[in-house]
Amino acid sequence: MESGAPAPTDAELVDGLRAGDPRTFEILVRNEGPRMLSVTRRILKDDDEAREAVQEAFVSAFRARSQFHADSRISTWLHRIAVNAALSRLRSRRRRPEDSLDDLLPRFMPNGHHVEHFTSWTEPADVTISRKETSQQVRQAIDSLPETFRTVLMLRDIEGLSSQETASMLNITPNAVKLRLHRARMALRTLLAPHLQGASA
Amino acid sequence: MTCRELSDFLTDYVAGELPAEVSAEFNGHLTRCPECHLFVEQYRVTIHLCCEAYDDTVPPTLPEDLVHAILASLAKTAIDG
Repeated sequence: MESGAPAPTDAELVDGLRAGDPRTFEILVRNEGPRMLSVTRRILKDDDEAREAVQEAFVSAFRARSQFHADSRISTWLHRIAVNAALSRLRSRRRRPEDSLDDLLPRFMPNGHHVEHFTSWTEPADVTISRKETSQQVRQAIDSLPETFRTVLMLRDIEGLSSQETASMLNITPNAVKLRLHRARMALRTLLAPHLQGASA
Repeated sequence: MTCRELSDFLTDYVAGELPAEVSAEFNGHLTRCPECHLFVEQYRVTIHLCCEAYDDTVPPTLPEDLVHAILASLAKTAIDG
């Protein structure tokens, strides 16, 4: 975008989008592209594929431009399209047998009580450095989850999609979304515990 | 309510959608059981950490070659229909 040109309003972008105006698309590519690339990278864990997914997403958006409803935000609409493009690539990958999550779930005694004794997680002394480190540990832990659980966790807790939206994107029931999300979160808690227990020690 | 049963309601609980009929039992157990208290707290922290784990992973701009590739495929789509 040339500097000095006034930024178009949302309404102008919507009009341009519907009209298939190339200038509007360039603005959208430059403004929304970075967030879309970040989403497809998260989901696909592969930079080349993530770039291709963003490209496919814009082509899909262009083709579906007449279906855009003015009452939703263009950024949200494009975000969903990028998620879908990434998921579609994920589905076309050769499926590998998945590891079980069971070892990472809490264990209960026959009377229903927790077997484990949990240790509190402490707030580390240097918050700034450790927040970066923690985020990296969290990303690694998320990436180590079996794919079916990782995807649900991504869509719900990171992309902020509803159960209903997640269910329809993955073609599973909202109940299955809820169950997988719960198990993914519990597994992640187990994976993070060693990093966060007594972090200040 | 046991710890196991409590854990089944955790997604509802953190979403603020705990069914009214289990709310009293759930909260009663949570107050009495130090293990569940810690577990629920850590479950919440886990969700929070997930939300912010990717905060600084958005690139400031798209690589220029990618912008051009996208614009070229859009132009092609506009012509091909």
